[in-house]
Amino acid sequence: MESQFQFDWQAAIDSIPFLAKGIPYTLMISFGGLVIGFLLGILFGLLSINKHWYFRWPATTYIEIFRGTPILVQVLFIFYGLPDLVGGPIDPLVAGIAAIALNSGAYISEVVRGGVQSIDRGQTEAGLSLGLSRTQSFWSIVWPQAFRRMIPPLGNQAIVSIKDTSLFSVIGVGELVRQGQVYIANTFTAFEVYFVVALMYLAITLSLSMVLRYMEKRGRASV
Amino acid sequence: MTHIVQLKRMNKYFGKLHVLKDIDLAVEAGEVVVIIGASGSGKSTLIRCVNGLEEYESGHLEVDGHKLAPKGGNQESLAEIRKEVGMVFQQFNLFPHLSVKKNIMLAPMKVKSADKTVANATADRLLERVGISDQADKYPSQLSGGQQQRVAIARALAMEPRVMLFDEPTSALDPEMVGEVLDVMRELAKEGMTMMVVTHEMGFAREVADRVIYIHEGQIVEEGKPDDVFDNPQNERTQAFLSRVLAH
Repeated sequence: MESQFQFDWQAAIDSIPFLAKGIPYTLMISFGGLVIGFLLGILFGLLSINKHWYFRWPATTYIEIFRGTPILVQVLFIFYGLPDLVGGPIDPLVAGIAAIALNSGAYISEVVRGGVQSIDRGQTEAGLSLGLSRTQSFWSIVWPQAFRRMIPPLGNQAIVSIKDTSLFSVIGVGELVRQGQVYIANTFTAFEVYFVVALMYLAITLSLSMVLRYMEKRGRASV
Repeated sequence: MTHIVQLKRMNKYFGKLHVLKDIDLAVEAGEVVVIIGASGSGKSTLIRCVNGLEEYESGHLEVDGHKLAPKGGNQESLAEIRKEVGMVFQQFNLFPHLSVKKNIMLAPMKVKSADKTVANATADRLLERVGISDQADKYPSQLSGGQQQRVAIARALAMEPRVMLFDEPTSALDPEMVGEVLDVMRELAKEGMTMMVVTHEMGFAREVADRVIYIHEGQIVEEGKPDDVFDNPQNERTQAFLSRVLAH
């Protein structure tokens, strides 16, 4: 069977306004989830290298659970499973943000742990020898250096999480992919529409890459 | 006679390894004590105990009237001791994310809540004293090893310590930069700073030290005036060590 297919530019262009309505949702879930994920990552990353096992153990458990299970299962669990527990429906947007937060938080914990552990012990010792407390040494000496090293892997995680939001079409959040599915149901122009959807993701992730590259360059200037 | 640093029967272990054995050492205010010994003899560990970077298992440690208990005991005086004891490390340990000047200003501002303009003026004065005023706004990685170590000395001095510890301050330097660091240390000694110096620079020890201590396998086996220790060592282990290091 010979293909009669021709790319319909008009269909692609026509779909843009409808698809674009999904962008705010994609950005909201990504941004909200990553901000919370970053805070979770700092908390559990630092707990995972604490000298007391009763801090380390819960942190490691959290990290292993959310790194070791698919994010699709996590969001389905939150959206369809948790209502049984809390006794009421969960807003799909909230479920999406929670899934990105918990999932990226586990990966960011590892990024934080690696970043902090990569800083030479002599830095802390120099701080302590100058009279700074452990807390002061950490936040004014170790953390700024560790954070600079964390920027590339954090950027990587942000891009992964942005793309992960596409899975949340299954719980009916009107993000990019969901908008595409709804649109295609009426027009049957799957090729064109998914092509535009892909371009929209690319526009988001490439912009982020550029910002990150700029931050890295600025950070490197002083070290 | 007032002793600013006092160690009595101090013992320290790394696991099962007995690294410091019954160390008795009292340092007078203004005295320069140079500690020599083979690598692994415990000389660095000894001075790292003085500012609590290493805990010790038994004995007694007192710095300027502040007692620091052995491991597991009362560590309340640690903050006070660290304010009075400055330290210079073999690897400099400058803060790479801060400019030279900010390296020096950090501790006075964080620990003593010094005003920024005051800390700034102190930094200027100290940078001039160690001879690198023109590098104030550079980052440590842009400086030579000798310059970095001089910044590290200035950074420690900014806290106005009563005692300075030097842990092999010239061992990581290219030979041509050793002199400039020793010059700064020599000046400091002349001005009356109490110093405990771990070093392999025997010339410096002979010239600047009031007392030389030789450590072997965690024990002080010989101590005395530099000329006596270098020219007429009593212990055969000291003799063997000195003949090895002074041979070339």
